Amino acid sequence: MYRILKKQALNSTVTLMEIDAPAVARKAEPGQFIILRVDEGGERIPLTVADFDREKGSVTIIFQIVGATTEKLNHLNEGESIQDFVGPLGVPTHMEGLKKVAVVGGGVGCAIAYPVAKKLCQQGAEVHSIVGFRSQELVILEEEFRAVSKKYFPMTDDGSYGERGLVTDALRRLLENGEQYDQVIAIGPLIMMKFVTKLTKEFHIPTTVSMNPIMIDGTGMCGGCRLSLIQDGKRVTKFACVDGPDFDGFEVDFDEAMARGAMYKEFERHAYAETCNLFQKEVAGNA
Amino acid sequence: MPNMSLKKNEMPSQEPYVRNKNFQEVALGYTAEQAVDEAKRCLDCKNRPCVSGCPVNIAIPDFIKHMAQGEFEEAYQVIAQSSALPAVCGRVCPQESQCEQKCVRGVKGEPVGIGRLERFAADWHNAHATEAPARPASNGHKVAVVGSGPSGLTCAGDLARLGYEVTVFEALHTAGGVLVYGIPEFRLPKAIVQKEIDGLKAMGVKIKTNMVIGRALSVDELLEQGFEAVFIGSGAGLPRFMNIPGENLKGVYSANEFLTRVNLMKAYLPGSDTPIQRAKRVAVVGGGNVAMDAARCAKRLGAEEVYIVYRRSEKELPARAEEVEHAKEEGIIFKLLNNPARILGDESGSVCGMECLEMTLGEPDASGRRRPVEKVGSEFVLDVDCVIMAIGTSPNPLIKSTTEGLETQKWGGIVVEEETGLTSRENVYAGGDAVTGAATVILAMGAGKTAAKAIHEKLSGENC
Ligand SMILES: Cc1cc2nc3c(=O)[nH]c(=O)nc-3n(C[C@H](O)[C@H](O)[C@H](O)COP(=O)(O)OP(=O)(O)OC[C@H]3O[C@@H](n4cnc5c(N)ncnc54)[C@H](O)[C@@H]3O)c2cc1C
Ligand SMILES: Cc1cc2nc3c(=O)[nH]c(=O)nc-3n(C[C@H](O)[C@H](O)[C@H](O)COP(=O)(O)OP(=O)(O)OC[C@H]3O[C@@H](n4cnc5c(N)ncnc54)[C@H](O)[C@@H]3O)c2cc1C
Ligand code: SF4
Ligand code: SF4
Ligand code: FES
Repeated sequence: MYRILKKQALNSTVTLMEIDAPAVARKAEPGQFIILRVDEGGERIPLTVADFDREKGSVTIIFQIVGATTEKLNHLNEGESIQDFVGPLGVPTHMEGLKKVAVVGGGVGCAIAYPVAKKLCQQGAEVHSIVGFRSQELVILEEEFRAVSKKYFPMTDDGSYGERGLVTDALRRLLENGEQYDQVIAIGPLIMMKFVTKLTKEFHIPTTVSMNPIMIDGTGMCGGCRLSLIQDGKRVTKFACVDGPDFDGFEVDFDEAMARGAMYKEFERHAYAETCNLFQKEVAGNA
Repeated sequence: MPNMSLKKNEMPSQEPYVRNKNFQEVALGYTAEQAVDEAKRCLDCKNRPCVSGCPVNIAIPDFIKHMAQGEFEEAYQVIAQSSALPAVCGRVCPQESQCEQKCVRGVKGEPVGIGRLERFAADWHNAHATEAPARPASNGHKVAVVGSGPSGLTCAGDLARLGYEVTVFEALHTAGGVLVYGIPEFRLPKAIVQKEIDGLKAMGVKIKTNMVIGRALSVDELLEQGFEAVFIGSGAGLPRFMNIPGENLKGVYSANEFLTRVNLMKAYLPGSDTPIQRAKRVAVVGGGNVAMDAARCAKRLGAEEVYIVYRRSEKELPARAEEVEHAKEEGIIFKLLNNPARILGDESGSVCGMECLEMTLGEPDASGRRRPVEKVGSEFVLDVDCVIMAIGTSPNPLIKSTTEGLETQKWGGIVVEEETGLTSRENVYAGGDAVTGAATVILAMGAGKTAAKAIHEKLSGENC
């Protein structure tokens, strides 16, 4: 069992938890993830290592409540425990030698992007962070991003905070104004990453994306997390949990990944409604 | 007076069209009378051909002699001298190509039901044994085992019995390896595996789940932490795909994913949190035990039609004979001498068919089996909404890539010295599917025993 040391709501649908997991904390690096199971009989879900404290032996996760498992997780409190917590999994984000980087985060993807931005800053790189949210109430990690970024561009769909528009609008303007980046690192919804890479391709800037397919074991055993890369015109299958989750954005077949991500939509909707019934809470709108 | 019936006593089983809707065990096991009667078919041959057919050389005629007298506990004790998992092997060994293949009673009629008798003795013991396994005094030596499949569990058990302090590191949240995530409940009830694991724990074996070696800890770190030897029993869990068009459509599973969702994550139970596609028409590609298990699970989840698509003929099916027979009885349709060419998808990216080609058998290939050759122009479309790939697995590269100096074959199998299981690294041993590629429970168990013996000799300086 893995104890919850701290719990904090970052906004109405995003929660931060610090978990006692020394074995994971000892080895975790930005870009890696964990898989947890809330209780016996629960589903295994992957969440990124948002932060870690090697001395304290703790790992921070930040999750958005989107369905049954994240809902159940959010009902646990400080002092209570999570059944299973395995990691660190996946390959750490490749950051060596990068001097100037645009980090693009969308929604809860910012939680995944933040440790990467932080490490880049620590290694002396110039970080420009472009973060997108639907509206002001959903903004997370603002202080944290500001602290590690030379420039910080918040964007909202409705203009209630920062600038009105999409992350790609901000990135395009920077690129058109002649900003040169060694790398763009984009983390967020598939559709966002797809359009970021479309843009950076025009400007020939190497782009890393963090893929988040449905996973089970996270060790390369089931192949459920597979996705296609197009390399030299050829289709190559990769397993996101062991070969990723980071991939070269120019190679990823996003359309296939989007279709695969929707495989269990019906089941998930149903499971979420049931869990909410259990906790007697309304399912907020469409996920 | 031996029982001269040419046929084995039949195994009481659930009716095919009842069992293909539930996940309870198919074969119900002999009654004591049936077991004694079957045991009496053994002729107690002087040259004991059956023993040479068993990879771990169980003293078969000796245990059967006890069975014939109704001395089931004594029979179990004979088996236990050679096998750590008799309740498992009695159920899943491919007896027809091992012990029973060599049985003289098989020359004219059916061989003695050795596997069924073994199962009976083990189940009897499990139901009647009262004393918990004793916890041996520690000899102060620490050994780490990576992976909790049959090879790892056996190695851990043998060492614990000798007083070693053994810690098993398992990547998943439940111990048991393929026995819990792959082989379904209706063939191997999970309670049996759990009992073995509880037994190990009672002997003092520590089992650390949620520990991926190569990520959370490396093999070298285990050695640095004071483990004097490491046994790698990490299996062959990496699924192969065919690399044909359409393999990433929604509704295409590897058998590992499908079976993990069903078995480990219990997707078959009502109210399970784990989703699985409730397909109507399913094609399973492959002809081994894994393919049979996937097909029979799909049927039990409510599929109307389930096909086994296999590129060779019935004779070459690598699955246990009993599983093929059971699958047929349960209504699985065998499309033999057929091979998939591509998987077809609809506009939403879901599977809506699989194009196959007919095959004929040509000259024998390296494996000695006749090579399947495509019949030109024989394409046809199988109308399915789910495809499960069960065409094999290979060892996961994680441990190799994080352990310097660990030699492997090109295809990933760890290189070991056959008599000891020693790898190219000092004090690091390996066995089971991680060495051989996907094989059998009994071979994995045997490899665990071999390594345990070698580790003991090395660490104690004793010859045992
Ligand atoms: C490597 C990786 C890192 C991730 N990091 C984070 C993170 O830091 N914070 C965060 O909020 N989310 C993260 N996610 C997504 C997170 O795993 C899903 O939101 C979560 O699984 C939803 O589970 P649920 O039962 O609450 O929702 P459900 O209703 O079951 O699913 C909602 C959506 O979540 C996705 N999902 C469902 N089950 C899984 C699964 N087993 N594996 C992956 N995705 C699934 C699907 O796209 C689905 O449509 C990450 C995903 C991956 C693969
Ligand atoms: C569906 C199916 C049906 C089968 N049916 C039969 C049958 O009827 N008869 C038969 O004899 N054989 C059968 N087999 C084959 C048999 O199960 C295997 O040969 C046997 O389980 C191999 O044992 P093992 O100990 O080598 O590895 P496994 O049973 O594969 O166990 C390996 C364990 O190691 C863990 N692991 C892997 N990597 C790491 C790591 N880095 N760190 C920590 N842990 C790790 C895995 O999670 C797993 O639990 C079947 C296999 C499958 C998949
Ligand atoms: S272990 Fe397997 S091969 Fe050996 S006697 Fe038992 S069933 Fe036969
Ligand atoms: S070969 Fe058959 S009959 Fe002979 S001892 Fe073995 S089991 Fe008995
Ligand atoms: S999650 Fe199973 S192989 Fe990646």
